[in-house]
Amino acid sequence: MRADAADRVEPATNKYLIAVLAWAIPGAGHLLLGRRQKGVTFLITLTLMFAAGLWLEGRIFPLGFDLTQPLVGLAAIADLGIGIPYFVAKFMGHGAGQVTAITYEYGNAFAIVAGLLNMLVVLDAWDIAEGRK
Amino acid sequence: MGYRGRPQVTSHVALMALFSLFVSVVFATLMRDEPRDQALFGLRLFGGFMAAGIVIGWLLYPLPL
Repeated sequence: MRADAADRVEPATNKYLIAVLAWAIPGAGHLLLGRRQKGVTFLITLTLMFAAGLWLEGRIFPLGFDLTQPLVGLAAIADLGIGIPYFVAKFMGHGAGQVTAITYEYGNAFAIVAGLLNMLVVLDAWDIAEGRK
Repeated sequence: MGYRGRPQVTSHVALMALFSLFVSVVFATLMRDEPRDQALFGLRLFGGFMAAGIVIGWLLYPLPL
């Protein structure tokens, strides 16, 4: 019985760790689970997509929910989905966003969708860790 | 030259193609396991995104927006 209980607890711990790492570094969850091709593809594609958003003068929306601007809060949550690159870009002073740039809205779309796609990647890693895939 | 003296992509089609490429690669990698299946599914997705974007663009063309 003890062995069964331990078996049940250990994968759950790994699951959470994998989910956190998958969020923090795009593709890291799949790499840890032995899905190297998928992990490398996610790492390159999602990082490039987020970087393209910054290059296109998109804005990294600030955290903190302002009820007068609910869409800004939602965009910030989506941006945050990309994990550590969000904080690296903030730290390096990128993502201020230039509303006057012709590509501003494109940049926002690239950065937001990169974050949302990484959330899907985290869910996929979770499913793999649970043995559902 | 564009903003801040940097070259700037201003082609809507090129940006749509770039966006479609990124999304297609991620979805194909998520939803298929074999590289060949991923490539085929990714190509179909990319073509679908581009075709839908162009068709919807033409449908919206007469609207006074």
